[in-house]
Amino acid sequence: MTDTDNKSIGYYLRTHIREYGMVVALVAILAFFQVLTDGIMLKPVNLTNLFLQNSYIIIMAVGMLLVIVGGHIDLSVGSVVGFVGALAAVMIVNWDLPTAFVIPACLVVGAIIGAAQGYWVAYWRIPSFIVTLAGMLVFKGLTLALLGGASVGPFPSEFQAMSSGFLPDIFDRFIEGRFNVFSMTIGVVLAALLPILGLRARAKQAKFAAVDEPMAFFIVKHAVAGLAILFVTYLLSTYRGLPNILIIMALLIAIFTFITNSTTLGRRIYALGGNEKAAKLSGINTKRLTFFTFANMGMLAALAGLVFAARLNTATPKAGLAFELDVIAAVFIGGASMSGGVGKVIGAVVGALIMGVMNNGMSIIGVGIDWQQVIKGLVLLAAVIFDVYNKNKA
Amino acid sequence: MDTILEMKNITKTFPGVKALDDVSIKVERGEIHALCGENGAGKSTLMKVLSGVYPHGTYEGDILYDGGVQAFKDIRDSEERGIIIIHQELALVPLLSIAENIFLGNEIAENGVVNWPATFARTGELLAKVGLKENPATLVTNIGVGKQQLVEIAKALSKKVKLLILDEPTASLQENDSQKLLDLLLEFKAQGITSILISHKLNEINRVADRITIIRDGKSISTLDARAGTITEDDIVKDMVGRDMAHRYPERTPNISTEKLMEVRNWSATHPLHPERKVVDNVSIDVAAGEVVGIAGLMGAGRTELAMSIFGKSYGTDISGEVLIKGKPVDVSTVEKAIASGLAYVTEDRKEMGLILDESITTNITLANLGGVSERGVLNDGAERSVAEDYRKKINIRTPNVGQKVVNLSGGNQQKVVLSKWLFAAPEVLILDEPTRGIDVGAKYEIYTIINQLAADGKGVIMISSEMPELLGMCDRIYVMNEGEIKGQLAAKDASQEAIMRMILKA
Repeated sequence: MTDTDNKSIGYYLRTHIREYGMVVALVAILAFFQVLTDGIMLKPVNLTNLFLQNSYIIIMAVGMLLVIVGGHIDLSVGSVVGFVGALAAVMIVNWDLPTAFVIPACLVVGAIIGAAQGYWVAYWRIPSFIVTLAGMLVFKGLTLALLGGASVGPFPSEFQAMSSGFLPDIFDRFIEGRFNVFSMTIGVVLAALLPILGLRARAKQAKFAAVDEPMAFFIVKHAVAGLAILFVTYLLSTYRGLPNILIIMALLIAIFTFITNSTTLGRRIYALGGNEKAAKLSGINTKRLTFFTFANMGMLAALAGLVFAARLNTATPKAGLAFELDVIAAVFIGGASMSGGVGKVIGAVVGALIMGVMNNGMSIIGVGIDWQQVIKGLVLLAAVIFDVYNKNKA
Repeated sequence: MDTILEMKNITKTFPGVKALDDVSIKVERGEIHALCGENGAGKSTLMKVLSGVYPHGTYEGDILYDGGVQAFKDIRDSEERGIIIIHQELALVPLLSIAENIFLGNEIAENGVVNWPATFARTGELLAKVGLKENPATLVTNIGVGKQQLVEIAKALSKKVKLLILDEPTASLQENDSQKLLDLLLEFKAQGITSILISHKLNEINRVADRITIIRDGKSISTLDARAGTITEDDIVKDMVGRDMAHRYPERTPNISTEKLMEVRNWSATHPLHPERKVVDNVSIDVAAGEVVGIAGLMGAGRTELAMSIFGKSYGTDISGEVLIKGKPVDVSTVEKAIASGLAYVTEDRKEMGLILDESITTNITLANLGGVSERGVLNDGAERSVAEDYRKKINIRTPNVGQKVVNLSGGNQQKVVLSKWLFAAPEVLILDEPTRGIDVGAKYEIYTIINQLAADGKGVIMISSEMPELLGMCDRIYVMNEGEIKGQLAAKDASQEAIMRMILKA
């Protein structure tokens, strides 16, 4: 490898094919269904639904990414979603507790559930597959016990707002109309902010060493991303504005991207998954880290449970069923490695969106649930084969 | 007597290293032929060539066996011709029974259905032959290492063996188990089976071997005839170690402090799985600032175990003893605390335990001291890169870019990354475990230069190495370790390979 190679866009793309390949795939799939559904796919109302439908998968995929990068897996998240939803319903509907208390309480319960499982994985070295399989059964059973086999609901509106509410248009006093100006403003600010932050990071990097990413590529990347943000916020603004849940998701994605990319905590999790022995011999407390990833996962699963219950406006015994499979599939489609140490937050999010777009698109064109499963399974397999193929070629 | 095996002018090259250079060996039918040499001399490589692990075509030279030139494609091929090799690391499945292990891959079966009565009956016969009184249904994990070794031999016998190769069969055995095994070899000899015995234990070789071939640095040095009983251990040692050592090590004027920088007192540790086995037994060592101290010993002497148990109790159970730095007792019960106390340990196996291969040079270098490149838990990308750049220049890591994944580097450069990682952690004492294993001569010289620089900077260096010339060339003082104990220590001026070997063997 020479310096000139280093700067060529072709070389950069080849070495980062996995990162951008999935984004390209997402866009291709979106376009494919846009045509097949005669434009329904990108209708504002459908786009809004797409985010609402997949919010809980994306929330959990972020946590699952950390667990998988750390070299483990969590099969219990679907059951935890159901359990926490049921718990919230019982607390609010049956016991009349205020929402402002129930939401944090449920998050704490989720963290405790995750911690309890993480304890066995981290400190007793019991395989996570087994611990969380047990957790899956336990919390599925506890959900049934808690609900007594029946659905509990409905929730008060302030609880529902978390999932089905929209950002109010604080500008509508000045500008009349259905168009949500405030939401659009947020989109514009975000689209402007990202390249500025990117440029600052580049400048900082350039002070110490050559920047890997070619400038032309940087410009194209941010132009495309900016346009996408503007386009999506525009569409959403013509409907009801940005959903609250989208804001929550965006914050989570931002926080966890920061943790994984820029903090010692994140670096240590990658080291743990990359080579546990080496990490341990470098003075990293691998047990505590593993424990943390599970506790964090439990909390995010609880959040997903709240969101899901709020969206359905009821807690049902079937809530969360098989969610863990979608979440894990999203993380692997997003480029994480089964053996740990590899994977990106944004990859997991894109993976979840690919699954979500396919679900949504196939439903619109009337593909039965049977064939949907087949196709999703094949896509998961294809994504991982693509990974392995790239790795072998390198 | 006719010749059963002749390996003629075998040369085997790995990228950058000539592991075998024109080696020849002749084994006569029905004899016990011993193969001697230091660690890394090429004994195992030679046996891998013979058994087809390195198939025909990947080496130069000819294997004449049983009357013709052989071109083995793999182990199966050589096994079919009656060449069976028993490796130092036993290849048994612990949770299968003795019978299942013996016939693994070679089951007595018809159409895939195992004939268990026949299997057990045949196992009984084989066990009787090797003198092992155990039920064939006993799980291998439930019998001792000595008996496991016998199961391996029974397994070899199940395959119509003509030439039996044993790679350090007694390395992990107790004295009486070793004796039994050697008796068994003599018995096989009486039955006409030819054996090649690789061993470090010269007294054992003298006891059973008919002839001895000695290899050194990948070359065959001599073949001694021991049948007359006139060969002494000294004769063997002389041929094993005799080489000149001029100019392979950088010059250094030691500047050793009179005060001890680190002291380890009465250190003991037991095997994590076999609590009755003391792997480190009441060891006391020390190192001064500016001093390079070596620990010599054979494989399995307990040197790595000593180092790892000191470094945050990373090995063993029931660890007892004291570590003092600058005269004060320090807590080394976790790796974090050991690092904080000023210790660093460069592992023997850099790929398994030292590096995260899929990560960049930068990531690896800062891993043991992330606090040094972050503020309140947030990493400073730029600082990280400049640290990595700094070490790249300072110790000459050959790479165009510190963002490169370490998996793409050569062994020598990987080792420099590991060293950089520990240098960045700024320790007082560095324990280097086989710091030059598997790297070429040029890179070795560079590593030696770094070690000398560390000593000159007032660090204490403890160097574990299986290459005695390296210890002699580098160290101010050498501890000799065997079977978990320190057998003695030699000052640089009194040390020689013969002296070390004698100290090891005097047990």
